[in-house]
This record gives sequence, C-alpha cells and structure tokens, in this order.
Amino acid sequence: MEILRIENLKKTFGEATVLSDISLSVNSGEVVSVIGSSGSGKSTLLRCATMLEKVSGGSILYAGDVMCREENGKEIYSDKKTLAKIRSRFGLVFQNFNLFPHMTVLQNVTEAPIKVMKRNRAEVEAEAMELLEKMGLEYKMSEYPCRLSGGQQQRVSIARALISKPDILFFDEPTSALDPELTAGVLKIIKELAADNMTMVVVTHEMNFARDISNRIIFLDNGKIEAQGTPDDLFSNTSNGRLREFLSSFYG
Amino acid sequence: MSILTMWKLLLQGFEISVLIFVVTLVLSLPLGLGVALCRMSKNPVLRGITKVYISVMRGTPLMLQLLVVRFGPWFVFKMKLDDSYDIWAVLIAFVINYAAYFAEIYRSGIESVPKGQYEAAQILGFGRWRTFFAVIMPQVIKRVLPSVTNEIITLVKDTSLAYAIGLIEMFTRAKQIAAAETSMLPYLFAGILYYIFNYVVAFGMEKAEKAFGYYEIK
Ligand SMILES: Nc1ncnc2c1ncn2[C@@H]1O[C@H](COP(=O)(O)OP(=O)(O)OP(=O)(O)O)[C@@H](O)[C@H]1O
Ligand SMILES: [Mg+2]
Repeated sequence: MEILRIENLKKTFGEATVLSDISLSVNSGEVVSVIGSSGSGKSTLLRCATMLEKVSGGSILYAGDVMCREENGKEIYSDKKTLAKIRSRFGLVFQNFNLFPHMTVLQNVTEAPIKVMKRNRAEVEAEAMELLEKMGLEYKMSEYPCRLSGGQQQRVSIARALISKPDILFFDEPTSALDPELTAGVLKIIKELAADNMTMVVVTHEMNFARDISNRIIFLDNGKIEAQGTPDDLFSNTSNGRLREFLSSFYG
Repeated sequence: MSILTMWKLLLQGFEISVLIFVVTLVLSLPLGLGVALCRMSKNPVLRGITKVYISVMRGTPLMLQLLVVRFGPWFVFKMKLDDSYDIWAVLIAFVINYAAYFAEIYRSGIESVPKGQYEAAQILGFGRWRTFFAVIMPQVIKRVLPSVTNEIITLVKDTSLAYAIGLIEMFTRAKQIAAAETSMLPYLFAGILYYIFNYVVAFGMEKAEKAFGYYEIK
C-alpha cells in the first residue's frame, strides 16, 4: 500500500529554487534513504512533507488523502481537519532532538497522546514505558532531558514519535549531532524498527547504514532527484557521474 | 515626637508603598505579556503602536509620566480630580510603565526559545495555544526571571516617586517627619524598611528562580 506520494514537488525560497520536480512514492514497510551533499535540499524535502515548510508547487498525498495540490498554478492545502488527520499519520525525528527541556522523559513521550489525542493517561503511560524499555531508557523516565546524553535524548525523541503509531516516520540526520560512540545505539534502534516493518524515510550521511537498511536510496543533487534505486544499484553499479563524485568523497 | 511614634507613622506610609508595589506587579506582569504579544504580532498597525508605546515608556522618566497621569486630565480636559485620585494616578502610571519594561523582557525571552521547540510541538499536533502555554511559556519564565527580579527591586525603590505628586507613602512620610522634627532619623528608618523590603523580595525571587529552574542541571 502506498503511504506517501509526492508529485512534481517544487520549493522556492524567494528567488532560490531549492527543490524541483521531485516525485517519489513510499510504500508500506519500505525504508527509503535520502542522501546528497550539504545544501542539496534533503531537509527541505522532509520539512515540506511534514508541513514545517509550505511547498511552492506540486502535490503531496498520504494514503490517498491530499495534503496539498496544485491547481491552475496555485498551491492549495486541504482543510484543517484533513491536515490534522494527516499530521497524526507521520512522525519526524529531528537532528537535534528538540525534546521539551521542562518535561521529564516520560512527559515528553506522553504529552501529545494525552493532551492532543485525549487518550487515557494510564494506558498511554503503560505504552510509553514499553517504548522506553525498547529504547533501553525506562530507568530514565523521571529525568529531564538535560541529564541525558545526546544518544539517549535522540532515543527519547524516537519514542515520542512512535507513541502515536505513525504510518510513516521521517528522520533528518538522526545521528549527525552525536559523538561516534553514541551513534551506534540510535542506528541500532532504527534497524530494529526496519526489522519491524516500520515505514521510514531517513536522511543520512551514514552511507554504510543507508546501504544496510534501505530498500531504496534517493540521491538528491541541487534540489533534484539525480538517481534512485536499490542500494546495489547506487553503490555498486552506478554510472551516474554526480553520484560517483559524491560517493567518492565518502569512500575516498 | 517619640521614636515609636515615628515608626508608627512610617509604617502607615509603608502600607501605601506595599500597596503600590503589589498592585503594580499583579497588573503589569500579565499586561506586559499581552503587550509583548502585540509587539510581536503579525499586524503591522498593532506592532507599530506597541513599539511607540514601549519606547515612550522607556524613554521618559517615570516621574514625568506620573505627573502627566495625575495632572494631564485637568490641563487637557479640565477634569477636576481631588486628592483621592492621587493613588489611582500612581497605580495607573506605574502599571503602564512597568508593563512596557516587562513586555521587552518577555519579548527577549520568547525570542530566545529555539525554533525547534515550535516545530516539535507542531509535528506533535499541538495547537497555537497549547504550544505557547505548555511548551514556550514555561521556558520563557525561567529565562526571564533574573531580569524580572531586577525590575522588581527597582520597583520597590520607585514607589518613593509617588512623593512627586504628594501621595503620602513611606518616603513622603519620612520627609514630613524629618522636616517637623529636624531629624535625620526618619530617613534612616525608611532606608531600613526599604532595605528589608528588597531583601525579602530578593529572597523570594531566588526561591522562584530555583523553582522554575527545576529542569536544569545544578
Ligand atoms: N528558510 C530558508 N530560507 C532560505 N533558504 C533556505 C531556507 N532553508 C533552506 N534554505 C536553502 O535551501 C537549500 C537546501 O537546504 P537544506 O537544509 O534542505 O539542505 P540539506 O540537504 O538538508 O543540507 P545539510 O546536509 O547541510 O543538512 C540550501 O541552499 C539552503 O541555504
Ligand atoms: Mg539538512
């Protein structure tokens, strides 16, 4: 089943065109990695897909529900109710976590389901504890984020995104703000999610990781999809000059 | 006049000083938040008006503002206001002046919260109000408390400006007694009371800073 569909997406900031002609679709259970050099538009793509940024053209659909579409050259977003429904279907994990510093680990995870979804507190807390256990953090439930390492904070933020049972989870360089020794723990969690068939779109600079977990890799260059395919297609057999150049900067 | 009588009279004035202090705080703290929100509003007219208001309040002496509020109605509209208006004039002038200062403190506090906090809230489906009151404000309060403490301590001392329009608060009282008795003692006693007042305020604010800083390592 198709979870996300993006058609001819275009994004400009003033005069600058940051994304153009982006079309892609993500099916249920798929793990798609997005790679590309700095400034190629990877974050902007995720931000458009998660409504943090208004798109300038094209359409985005979640499981058939229209988030936005272009009509006679004008971009039209759906009504509030539809957007709220769509928003409850995805989660986003930020590069720098963005946990709420004044809430405990447990509150960070439970705040949205209790206050926004109006779910039963005891039920939500039980689920949250289960998730924290999976993240190896149940013993930190009453701590405030500033007492946690970056890796632990990122795992809390993953739990916070997972508790609403999203259909699709976006990651924007989830390990870029972490020391190498903390990266492994977060990548392991993402791998476990992949093994559980979680649908994910992951922007990453960890090439080996991307190769490992992805069903499909998208290479962005200058705001365009320059190449896409299976890890083998892209890493082993590519004839694309831009991609080879990009990869060689990683592998030397 | 016995020393005991002096203290009694000063304490009567002190009550008025405390009244000015409390009313000013209770009204200007929330009002300042409203002003800060107008100052950051998307509406350019609202933003412009609040910007001018804040700049006038901060750019002219409180003493002058006090005189304008007290005597302006008579000079401009020929409104006859008797002495019972004195205390109202003081409260009005203090509240609108302090609201402007607090507004700027709130604004810098609100602007110092990272954009990522708003974005995380939006992704989680928080509405505007929930984002502001459950996510942003608790962090703002913690960040602005030290500056607010400074303002509050200034306010304790500023209450003596009510002397300018002849309202009998502690400072005016001290001056009257000093003149009548040709003695410095009333000033000394008033100074002690102001100092104790500020000491208590500073102590309370320190406690508040601890209470709101609960989520920081220390
Ligand atoms: N709010 C903005 N206003 C103007 N330009 C922006 C804005 N956000 C991003 N850009 C520009 O869009 C381009 C793409 O930025 P983006 O952050 O999406 O790149 P990225 O691929 O995520 O890079 P990185 O790997 O460094 O995170 C850059 O040239 C950037 O300067
Ligand atoms: Mg980025």
